Amino acid sequence: MKTSTLVIRTPEGIVFSQLLAGPVTRFLACFIDQLCIMAALTVAGMILMRLAAVGFGFAMALYILAYFVISIGYGIFFEWNWRGQTVGKRLFRLRVMDVEGMRLQFNQIVVRNLLRFVDSLPFFYFVGGVTCWLNPQCQRLGDIAANTVVIRNAFVSEPDLSQLLAGKYNSLRQFPHLAARLRQNVSPVEAAIALQSLLRREEFELVARVELFAELAAHFRSKVEFPAEALDGVADEQFLRNVVDVIYRTRPDAPTGKAVTVEQI
Amino acid sequence: MIIDLQRFVTNERPFWTELETMLNQWENSPDATLSLEKAQRLHLLYERTAADLAKITTFSSEPETRRYLENLVARAYGEIHETREKRRRLFPLKWFFQTWPQTFRRHIRAFYLSLAITLAGCAFGGLAIGFDPESKPVLMPFPALLQDPAKRVAEEESATHDRLEGVKSSFSTQLMTHNTSVSIFTMALGMTWGVGTIVMLFYNGVILGAVAVDYIHAGETKFLLGWLMPHGVIEIPAILIAGQAGLILAFALIGRGSQTPVRKRLREISGDLATLISGVGLMLIWAGFIEAFLSQYHEPVIPYAAKIAFGCVELTLLCLFLGKSGTAKSAGAATAEGGKSSV
Repeated sequence: MKTSTLVIRTPEGIVFSQLLAGPVTRFLACFIDQLCIMAALTVAGMILMRLAAVGFGFAMALYILAYFVISIGYGIFFEWNWRGQTVGKRLFRLRVMDVEGMRLQFNQIVVRNLLRFVDSLPFFYFVGGVTCWLNPQCQRLGDIAANTVVIRNAFVSEPDLSQLLAGKYNSLRQFPHLAARLRQNVSPVEAAIALQSLLRREEFELVARVELFAELAAHFRSKVEFPAEALDGVADEQFLRNVVDVIYRTRPDAPTGKAVTVEQI
Repeated sequence: MIIDLQRFVTNERPFWTELETMLNQWENSPDATLSLEKAQRLHLLYERTAADLAKITTFSSEPETRRYLENLVARAYGEIHETREKRRRLFPLKWFFQTWPQTFRRHIRAFYLSLAITLAGCAFGGLAIGFDPESKPVLMPFPALLQDPAKRVAEEESATHDRLEGVKSSFSTQLMTHNTSVSIFTMALGMTWGVGTIVMLFYNGVILGAVAVDYIHAGETKFLLGWLMPHGVIEIPAILIAGQAGLILAFALIGRGSQTPVRKRLREISGDLATLISGVGLMLIWAGFIEAFLSQYHEPVIPYAAKIAFGCVELTLLCLFLGKSGTAKSAGAATAEGGKSSV
């Protein structure tokens, strides 16, 4: 089955996933790499032109060698030294990795790059593209032989929840027993939907956002009946913020926690 | 249960940051070895971060934190669970005298098959030219080979000037790069379950057989041997080894009679493929050099006997090298040499 993620289960039972790069992104990265190779060859040609004065045959020999080494060695050199990335891959946040999540080996890089000879047949990586499109893990022939996949490294940063869970007044907290019941009645999936709707609020169109928050607020209001004074004058979106605050911050007044060292545990 | 996300992030962040720093350091200097304390600490941080990932996946759906932790756990997992040899330093002499010939011998049956396919092609090409000389343009569609052998020999032997003067080095490089590309292609075609590799080997054999019979028929056997042997005794085995690599790849893909999963089979041979094709590259550099600087010169410039003798010496050395180098007796000496020559 075609999937957009590579799921790896560690011996400790932990499951993690990596986003797989699609054929189009990979083709664009490859296009950038081809431009880089052409640029490198142009530079090499210009340098070797100066050597032609010394001996045309010798300069020509060096150019043929440079063409071969650069066109074949480009991918191997960069993927080895940049841990699975070339210029094009870095630009599109792609990275080659072992299909089982292990450290990428030099042999794997060599094999996947040499098998480009077949993947690029008959033109513009047609064979590789079709294989990538059909393969469940979006691998071209070189990837299959080398046991590698190309993943998409989404921008990774620690989340900023301060806006979402700011310590503003929350009318629902006036009724701690009802807030506790709300936490009890809400499933993780429902909580996730509420959290995501707030995190992604800017992505919705205005009317759609109002409708969505109204629907969600109605759903959460039905979970626990709060007295009118907790809800009066509270818009649907604010109500949802209060709900998320209650669910995700169990002790709002408690200190946010001091880092503990492993030795203390 | 839904976790208190903010408190969870604040409490755990120092451990994530510490793990990230350790991983960055280790990835940037892969030759560095970790002390026992550091290794234990790394493992502890990995397990803690993995547990955090499990928690956040189960009890919260905050995607950014989950992705951040997945990335960290994936990096640490790759470093900690990798059991294959971690090697960034090269030992060229050890590789040349031990790894390469040993790898060749380990897969000798694939080489024999590669040789058999080429010989079958030779037989076909030879018989085809023998029975139907008119098929020459179809079997060998290369202008240089279409010429009448006797006429060519006469021209070569009466030449008064060096037709490769000034272009020997570029001609040599062209031969090296072209033959290496063909070899890589032959290996890569192993991914077609070996069909492409077999076709390439057979076709090579057809051309070789056809050329040989064409020259032998014309009574130019000595010229043929003097022309082909100096570079051919290296070049042809190189193509055969590339075919061997392609067949190894095909066997791993097909996995006939094997219970091992295809991924594991391919993982086991990827190092061997890289070794064999690197060896082929070296052989073709030598062959290209010899073809441009020696093979193209005939009597009276260089006596055929000398060229044939040179080819015989090369072939003997190649057989000895591939058959004996890196065996138990010679391994000790080469290891010592390889150890000294680390780069």
